[in-house]
Amino acid sequence: ACKTEGILILWIIRLLFSKTYKLQERSDLTLKEKEELIEEWQPEPLVPPVPKDHPALNYNIVSGPPTHIITVNGKECINFASFNFLGLLNNEKVKSAAQASLKKYGVGTCGPRGFYGTFDVHLELEERLAKFMRTEEAIIYSYGFATIASAIPAYSKRGDIVFVDEAACFAIQKGLQASRSNIKLFKHNDMADLERLLKEQETEDQKNPRKARVTRRFIVVEGLYMNTGDICPLPELIKLKYKYKVRIFLEESLSFGVLGEHGRGITEHFGINIDDIDLISANMENSLASIGGFCCGRSFIIDHQRLSGQGYCFSASLPPLLAAAAIEALNIMEDSPDIFQTLRAKCERIHKALQGISGLKVVGESFSPALHLQLEESCGSRENDVKLLKRVVDYCMNSGIALTQARYLEKEEKCLPPPSIRVVITVEQTEQELDKAASLLKEAAQSVLN
Amino acid sequence: MANPSAVCNGHLHHHHHQKQNNLLKSGISKKNGITKGMKKNGVSNGTLYKKTFIEHFEQAPMYVAVFTFVGFAVGTIFGYLRDFMRAWGLEKRNIAAEREQQKDFVPLYQDFENFYTRNLYLRIRDNWNRPICSVPGPQFDLMERVTDDYNWTFRFTGRTIKNVINMGSYNYLGFAETDVNALKTVTIELEKYGTGVCSTRQEMGTLDKHVELEKLVATFLGVEDAMVFGMGFATNSMNIPALVGKGCLILSDELNHTSLVLGARLSGATIRIFKHNNMQSLEKLLRDAIVYGQPRTHRAWRKIIILVEGIYSMEGSIVRLPEIVSLKNKYKAYLYLDEAHSIGAVGATGRGVVEYFGMSPDDVDVLMGTFTKSFGAAGGYIAGKKGLVDFLRTHSHSAVYATSMCPAVAEQIIRAMKCLMGLDGTTQGLQRVRQLEKNTRYFRRKLHEMGFIIYGNDDSPVVPLLLYMPGKIGAFARRMLEKNIGVVVVGFPATPITESRARFCVSAAHTREMLDTVLNALDELGDFLHLKYSRYSKSSHPELYEESRLELED
Repeated sequence: ACKTEGILILWIIRLLFSKTYKLQERSDLTLKEKEELIEEWQPEPLVPPVPKDHPALNYNIVSGPPTHIITVNGKECINFASFNFLGLLNNEKVKSAAQASLKKYGVGTCGPRGFYGTFDVHLELEERLAKFMRTEEAIIYSYGFATIASAIPAYSKRGDIVFVDEAACFAIQKGLQASRSNIKLFKHNDMADLERLLKEQETEDQKNPRKARVTRRFIVVEGLYMNTGDICPLPELIKLKYKYKVRIFLEESLSFGVLGEHGRGITEHFGINIDDIDLISANMENSLASIGGFCCGRSFIIDHQRLSGQGYCFSASLPPLLAAAAIEALNIMEDSPDIFQTLRAKCERIHKALQGISGLKVVGESFSPALHLQLEESCGSRENDVKLLKRVVDYCMNSGIALTQARYLEKEEKCLPPPSIRVVITVEQTEQELDKAASLLKEAAQSVLN
Repeated sequence: MANPSAVCNGHLHHHHHQKQNNLLKSGISKKNGITKGMKKNGVSNGTLYKKTFIEHFEQAPMYVAVFTFVGFAVGTIFGYLRDFMRAWGLEKRNIAAEREQQKDFVPLYQDFENFYTRNLYLRIRDNWNRPICSVPGPQFDLMERVTDDYNWTFRFTGRTIKNVINMGSYNYLGFAETDVNALKTVTIELEKYGTGVCSTRQEMGTLDKHVELEKLVATFLGVEDAMVFGMGFATNSMNIPALVGKGCLILSDELNHTSLVLGARLSGATIRIFKHNNMQSLEKLLRDAIVYGQPRTHRAWRKIIILVEGIYSMEGSIVRLPEIVSLKNKYKAYLYLDEAHSIGAVGATGRGVVEYFGMSPDDVDVLMGTFTKSFGAAGGYIAGKKGLVDFLRTHSHSAVYATSMCPAVAEQIIRAMKCLMGLDGTTQGLQRVRQLEKNTRYFRRKLHEMGFIIYGNDDSPVVPLLLYMPGKIGAFARRMLEKNIGVVVVGFPATPITESRARFCVSAAHTREMLDTVLNALDELGDFLHLKYSRYSKSSHPELYEESRLELED
């Protein structure tokens, strides 16, 4: 008995005095070796060189305001490329409201909302938007991209689950990336695929009910998709929401001021109670012809963003002249609700006129004011497709119709849409101009693609 | 020249050392201060800096830390008590609640996450989000707001509090003005262009105004080319991911702004943090990164980029640019400088920290800044070599997916920049820069004399005044408003929990009378609230102790 204890004590003493192991062998590089490594290391250049003929370097320069008649690269054209759906960019009332605000407040707000950057115009705009959309509260951001990109990470954190449509726009993708949640993509507008994913999640939940009780779930969809021009099937989504207990975030940048009898967006289009949607986010840069964005919904949801929306708390607020312009644009939208009907009629007209162009197919709903024209058959590589479409666009520009290709960051998109020409319809375009555009596109397709 | 000033610096300004995060260490000892001061401004560094670099981060006495913790503890206990009473229906619940139809959904917010908001922030939240109804110049008009239910809801009485002195807005050069002559060109451009652009830069959104502005920014900064974006926050969060990606290393300062942190996270690169403005920490990280490479695989890093700001808005400290540039050249890293607060505010002609330290803009790889603070507009820019800007024109997220800047706002920046550069035929721009410098020095000197603890560099127009205790945050802001002065107070989580502060932004538009009014109010309030924690208040007769002057005038 003594012997074993003695051996144990000796062993402990030996361990106490032996050299401790370091898991990282930081001691085997001498100073000279380190200096050599530092000498030898060559970083990549900060940015790779960009070829001079890169398509994005030769962008269009517009002289003067991008209104209905636009001067692109020195040539006067009819504008089919700016998202000025309701023609409010050049509206006299909107401009005079902005001028009055400029006289009173100057240009910038010189501070974020929390530090004397809240102006009475901001509060008024938030009230008006909430009233217009018939929700409890609205919150405005100073940049359209930052709106949905700040809203999603405010609610969805690491460990939460977000089901998002494949064709979601880049701002949504960045918001999801910043939130660090689990992203599950479902096929575009495919409710069966979404249901399958939801069922899979349900079986996962049954395995681990404690975790399931604290994991929040969201569905993020767009009202009118920018990349494909079609709308999401909102009634089915609402059914899925209540069946699987998932919250819905709706991005309405293109459908606000376009769909619905009074321009309230896709909820009015389908006649759905707006309280069924947890959060509606839209930017004011399309129909309202201003800058910035807003989110609206119940106070329970929106109030949270006032302390955790990064683009709201840590950024200067919207310049008051832009807020005043947006208020005036809202006034016009409320006073003349027939412009939405007019816009829809024009969309239908051109959608019909563009059918049957050889080589190009129209992608988008008949009432969508932002359409895509894609090549019916790709000629092999994306680069060549882009070059071909550029020739079509140039042909149209030379004859007085301003068009543009839809631009994407090819390496960054999750599901890159095929190359296309963007066609944007506004209320200011006359029927002759619409017909001219359609016939010109037919001509261009004939001469370039055949 | 470097030697005597180093000794003098060590001797005179003995609170010249890096802020220690551990407040429990007893105050500053003179010995510590002197040796550290000499090391920092010693001969090797003295040759890099053309003028003396004086920054203060004094620590408060021990009892302050104790009382701060006690204050928070009391607040927390009462918070639990209130939550308990609300849960049992003894107190009214004023918070908005979830819909009846969605009560069985997973709760959107954890109860604990909102504890701080509900129980501590709510008590003093009348000091933030104060709405104004005039231009945010040196004086503004506040809308009077009252609360009937202890800050749960507010209502406006309809009255305005007129001519409140504005010490909170970022109006460094005083370009937030409504003078008709000054805004003449902006009015014309607004009439011509309207308010929106409705397209992205790469599609149909590049207007001739943007091209003009970019050329002007490049000339102003002395670089080859520049690109402008519609939002300052988004400039960082959308361009850093375009510049770095997986396999790159980002070395970011401890106290960087949220936009830089978000941009770094979105890029997918590895992020390592170095202590605030601490060159030894940065050098160690650089050496370790190059020698040991990427974690686990030990492959070499593709590139290393250092993210720093010109002036840090919560500390008022200026980046140690000469040392960082020498480090970056030695270790072949790249430097990204965010001059949100420093462009226009420091430097002999308002060109920012690069000019302040007498360096050339070629020393910095990526010059970034915003137009919100010194130019009274909105938006941001990135400037540098033509190759860099061309790359951003093609690969920046903002150029492809985000709307471009409003042309009227672009015109405001153009006229402000032309004024600063003297291109409008007057010397008004230079006068503004000088006035800001004078105001900054005067304000800081007076506050030091009165005995407040002020953080930051002597030349920075951002002046944080330390309050420490949570109770004093609310009291300070409310009483200053009663005296017709609008201040900004910040607490946790924007600052460390024990270092709540009031932050003043000096402007070139402030007159001497306005500054004196503010200083007198601060003097009174400082005595009333016992805010004068500094143990090293300078006397108002510097000639009696400034030894340097005596030495040189032999």
